[in-house]
Amino acid sequence: MSDPMRIRAQAAGGNATIRVLMSHEMESGQRKDGNGKIIPAWHIQDVTASLNGKPVMTAEWGPAVSKNPFLQFTIKGAKAGDKVAITWKDNRGESRTDEAAVT
Amino acid sequence: MSCLNSQATAMMCPRGMTARIQIALTVTLFAWAGAAMAQKSSADSIAEYRTMLQDGNPADLFEAKGEDLWKQKRGPKNASLEQCDLGKGPGVVKGAWVELPRYFADTGRVQDMESRLLTCMQTLQGFNAEALAKTPFGKDEQNNVTAIATWISAESKGMTFNLSQSHVEERKMYEVGKRLFYLRGGSHDFACATCHAQDDKRIRLQDLPNLTKQPGAANGFGAWPAYRVSNGQMWGMQLRLNDCYRQQRFPYPLFGSEATIALGVYMGVNGKGGDATAPAIKR
Amino acid sequence: MHTRRETLRHSAVVAGLLASTGLFPQYAQAFDKVAFDAKTIAEAVKAMGGAAPVESKDVTITGPDIAENGAVVPLGVSTWLPNVKRVLLLVEKNPAPLVAMFNLSPDIEAIFTTRSKMGQSSDVYAVAITHDGKAFFAKKEVKVTLGGCGG
Repeated sequence: MSDPMRIRAQAAGGNATIRVLMSHEMESGQRKDGNGKIIPAWHIQDVTASLNGKPVMTAEWGPAVSKNPFLQFTIKGAKAGDKVAITWKDNRGESRTDEAAVT
Repeated sequence: MSCLNSQATAMMCPRGMTARIQIALTVTLFAWAGAAMAQKSSADSIAEYRTMLQDGNPADLFEAKGEDLWKQKRGPKNASLEQCDLGKGPGVVKGAWVELPRYFADTGRVQDMESRLLTCMQTLQGFNAEALAKTPFGKDEQNNVTAIATWISAESKGMTFNLSQSHVEERKMYEVGKRLFYLRGGSHDFACATCHAQDDKRIRLQDLPNLTKQPGAANGFGAWPAYRVSNGQMWGMQLRLNDCYRQQRFPYPLFGSEATIALGVYMGVNGKGGDATAPAIKR
Repeated sequence: MHTRRETLRHSAVVAGLLASTGLFPQYAQAFDKVAFDAKTIAEAVKAMGGAAPVESKDVTITGPDIAENGAVVPLGVSTWLPNVKRVLLLVEKNPAPLVAMFNLSPDIEAIFTTRSKMGQSSDVYAVAITHDGKAFFAKKEVKVTLGGCGG
């Protein structure tokens, strides 16, 4: 069970700036363990965002995105009180959704 | 004033100066300026990089986890840590960190944040403090200790360091800390002071704060717990000191040992009046 | 009477709608593995549906000049171009250059910031791919003092 994301959604000028911190190893698949074996890649592949239930953003990530990823983007037409939900899905099929209200 | 020594422009030189010397001075001036600009630019670039990382510090993730753990009923006694006394009374967390390490009457000793947290986890929740201290960093309950420590420090973010030296034990620990700070040993004859007792020192591009006085003391001491991007780990002061000793080729100190607490007293008292910036983000 | 093209387009629209409900995983867009495995920028852009990228002042890549640690390099991609379908972030000298791909929609601004691992000093690219398959890029050099891939 993964740790929750930290989502900040700030309304400004008719839009909302979304800043997300996700808790994920983002193992690149380039590292080797003590025995010289490659540690398999384990990373978020898909990120989606929705505003009040409507999908507004989709992204695909490779293993080069940093550990405990940070993402910032802006949703148009969002106002205080709107609900922003962020979902990630990784290459192991695990997934997580967290929500925050626009302030 | 000799024009040959002056860094001022050649225009300040008296008339009669030959054109050749004027050109030489100008060229030197530009060379110096160029070098100075190039150096400034590197340091500026690094500063810019660090600023870019401030927003969205992954330490937030540990902070959130730590707050949950503080409030959660856990351990053999199935109790939360909400009655833990960090020095300002049971349950008072805001402002507690900037007064640690300090003397605690109930344990009869000076304690830092992490060792005090272990005391609370034992007395309130029934965990075995000794077993916790022996748990390696990054494993099991140690991760929880780190997360809670991150949150505790965040509750003092932006406040000013104000460690007490009113108790005799606190003053004693300051002196012990100072001695330890300057103690040279290990295979390389290093002391903390080797790297941290002078201004403007660095290892490669990593600045080394002068921990013997302000502003270095608060800058250095006040930044941990910190998220280290190089390994994606959250490090409390206990782990930071442990790793310092590893780098000095010393034996590792025990978690929450008197030595580590004494060093905390030394740094924290030296940092009096400085701002607490933890949890910070580090290379 | 529906032409085959109309039928296919209709299917794609339906598939897209079904995919967005999350209830029909078989219609969900597959992860673009080929693009993320591509070993060059040109291959990655091509796998993402773009032609050979042309430099453009309307595409921006932001980031530090020097990254103290290659494990975490803050990078931003943005574009003012119209008709853009997706924006890519790439690090040329990484084992596989494609870091991230952001799909654009009318509901979001074409500005994204994230953090990438960089194995060594390298040029980093923002590439905007338009709906008609053209690609436009901006690039910047980022120096790295400590590699972020494994050592």
